[in-house]
Amino acid sequence: MKLSRRSLLQMSAASVALTFVKPVLAQSIDELVIAYNVNLPSWDPTVGPSAVNPTIQGLYQSVFDQFILQKPDLSPAPGLLTDWGWNEDRTQVWMDVREGVKWHDGSDFTAEDVRWSLERAAREETGNPIQFVWGTLTNHRVEGNRVIADVAQFDPTIFKWMYFLTGYVLPKDYYERVGADGFEEAPIGTGPYMVEQYERNAFVQLKANPDYWNGVPEFETVTIRFVTDATSRVAEVESGGSHVTLEVPYEEYDRLRARDGLSGTHAPVSDIAMIFFNDIDVMLDDNVRKAAVHAIDKQLIIDRLLEGYGVPIHTMQTPEYLAYDPSIEVEYDPDLARELLAESGYSTDEPVRFTIQTTRGFKPKDYEMIQAIVGMWRRVGIEAEIEVYEVARHFELRAADDLAPAAFYNWGNSVGDPTTSTGFAMFGPSPHSVWDSEDLVEKIAPLWAESDEEARIEGWKEVDRYIAENAYVLPLFQYVQPIVHASGVKVTPHASGALLPHLMTRA
Amino acid sequence: MILRRVLLRLLTTLVTLLGVSVIVFVTIRVVPGDPIAMMLPPGATDDDIDRLRRIYGLDRSIAEQYFIWLSGVVQGDFGTSIQTRQPVLNLVLRRLPATLELSIMALVIAMVIGGFLALTGTRLRGTRTEGAIDVTNGMALSVPDFLWGLVLILLFGVLWPVFHISGRISPNLTSEFSTSFYLFESVFRLRFDLWLDLVSHMFMPALALAIPLAAIIGQLLKQSLKETMHLDYVTLSRTKGYGENHVIIREALPNAVLPTLTLIGVQFTFLIGGTVIIERLFSYEGLGNMAIDAVINRDLPLIQGIVILFALLFTVVNLLVDMLYAVLNPRLRHA
Repeated sequence: MKLSRRSLLQMSAASVALTFVKPVLAQSIDELVIAYNVNLPSWDPTVGPSAVNPTIQGLYQSVFDQFILQKPDLSPAPGLLTDWGWNEDRTQVWMDVREGVKWHDGSDFTAEDVRWSLERAAREETGNPIQFVWGTLTNHRVEGNRVIADVAQFDPTIFKWMYFLTGYVLPKDYYERVGADGFEEAPIGTGPYMVEQYERNAFVQLKANPDYWNGVPEFETVTIRFVTDATSRVAEVESGGSHVTLEVPYEEYDRLRARDGLSGTHAPVSDIAMIFFNDIDVMLDDNVRKAAVHAIDKQLIIDRLLEGYGVPIHTMQTPEYLAYDPSIEVEYDPDLARELLAESGYSTDEPVRFTIQTTRGFKPKDYEMIQAIVGMWRRVGIEAEIEVYEVARHFELRAADDLAPAAFYNWGNSVGDPTTSTGFAMFGPSPHSVWDSEDLVEKIAPLWAESDEEARIEGWKEVDRYIAENAYVLPLFQYVQPIVHASGVKVTPHASGALLPHLMTRA
Repeated sequence: MILRRVLLRLLTTLVTLLGVSVIVFVTIRVVPGDPIAMMLPPGATDDDIDRLRRIYGLDRSIAEQYFIWLSGVVQGDFGTSIQTRQPVLNLVLRRLPATLELSIMALVIAMVIGGFLALTGTRLRGTRTEGAIDVTNGMALSVPDFLWGLVLILLFGVLWPVFHISGRISPNLTSEFSTSFYLFESVFRLRFDLWLDLVSHMFMPALALAIPLAAIIGQLLKQSLKETMHLDYVTLSRTKGYGENHVIIREALPNAVLPTLTLIGVQFTFLIGGTVIIERLFSYEGLGNMAIDAVINRDLPLIQGIVILFALLFTVVNLLVDMLYAVLNPRLRHA
């Protein structure tokens, strides 16, 4: 063979390519690689800001089990607790604990772990952000395989929190032995995967738990890379560097899933886009609020800006939530919007003016969406000025009840209960509430302690109807989560939005 | 004399760092975005908010907070990260080597490319090749580094997948290291398998950072070389019969390189600053990537720690460049 300079260069380039990157082939996936969209700051799922960050719950749920299992449709199922309930007069709760479960270090999981986890979560000094819920239970004790606690303050949602934020069972003996820092270094749980390696801001490598009580996961090794840039995630999955990724732009999603070797899975998740109305200035005028709601064509926004990936909503409940009522509908009616504004003396020539705040790039097409909404408003006689802010500023202003008359936000509620959507978002005394009128506070207040579940849910539906009729908030649509994956992987989406590797199998 | 100058520089460095710390401390507390508001769970009460403020010491005045922080820093305690609940110093020191290695690699690439372009342009001055080099330099300069990053991802990550798109090293290999200076350690231990894996991860972000700097180096060095080529001592060496390559490299370059060296020092600090965006784009686990998370989450102690470290890096690099310049420049050496 004659070796020319050209052929030498070609051979060198080819060998470099083969040496550096070994593209993962869909049909022979031994190690599942996921390009994840957020970093994992901390391993303890019960303390600190990470504990209430919905975007990393999927990582926690891969390693730790919650008290109660949540199925992909958001409904509860027996998990580490096999059964649970209140006593007759609702002064006690009881929980039966699953037997035969092992911690990742091989030790036995016991009822004492559940008791300790609940008691620890209830103590203020441990720094559990949901302490105000766990603190409603006291005097935790173990009787055989049952954990019992006294109810200090009745909360009808207490068992729902057991599959929501911070509702995780941690290993008592191990945690007490290694301490908080030791646990952070080498976390163990009872979950489907065990932490093999963790490099902050880089990746976590998981090994399947061979003793998992709910069936051993199909992929023995899973590497989750933290790829926070959407462009890089697209490139990762397109190049074969990763098998699965999520939260890519919708237009990229359509392009990628049409490619050979790649597929897509999309499903609505428990995250909604909405516009808060603040009870100040022109928003105190019923006609202005109602006109602002009727003027928006939600389906058009979904079709034009989100490539059709979204579900229009009329209350803060999505179809998966317990208090969803399809009969509550606020129709798109620009003529009605014009009439309402005319009643208050506004028109396209003499528009009502206010500021709307929005993030830009925090959620898909958030700024563009608000631009479209402002355009729709302009056509009926509303002149809104857009103010862009960071999401950190939104939280600050909301906590201080200092938002502009209108403010765009996305609200997550992976437990699906109305208290954690309409409740916290619309109840005046809550720091997250923006509309604080007394009439609404009076309607919501009795529902917090309603012990009849059916009456409770019906009560929330009535509240949602009342809110819709009075246009106290503007729900826009439910987000759809796009997941791109190699054709060799079957992904089961979870309505909470958590990307769970143990729900992935070989196609 | 030199010792006095170094001591003076160290003193000004200390004052600079103190000034930076005051500015950063105050700025991140007065700009919009409250870290406590960001961590409020649904249903939190005013008491919960007050409790969290007390826990993180945010219930005190800014001046009080600053002096508490400063007294901690003097004792080597930069505080605890709000997000990760880890000591800030540990976090930044663990990430610093990754950023330093990336920056140094980018600098080396920039010097090689820039030097090659300058020498070639000087050697072939007045020809079409010099024109092509000028155009290339112009293109490289007019595109910011993060856009070069995107182009490189598309070219060498997707279309021709030669290099890794994200991360610093393949996950299976991290346990092989005993320090955080992976690249240097792999060389010292002659573990070229590790080195190759590191380079395949680092090359694209380093090249993205290097391209604009290479153009600057190329332009300045070429200009400087061309001016030097007209000096008498260069003409003399030509008349002695030395070839053009010898004249450029052995005679003109040592003098022409001095202004470029100063520029490289200044640009290196900008290059370290540029790692913030590039590390994010390539999910490279350095300080820059961590800085973005810290800012998004309003992790005040971590932001302070990272900024102070960056400021320290900048001043140290400038100090080193000044010293190197003094060593290389005979006029300063004998002044």
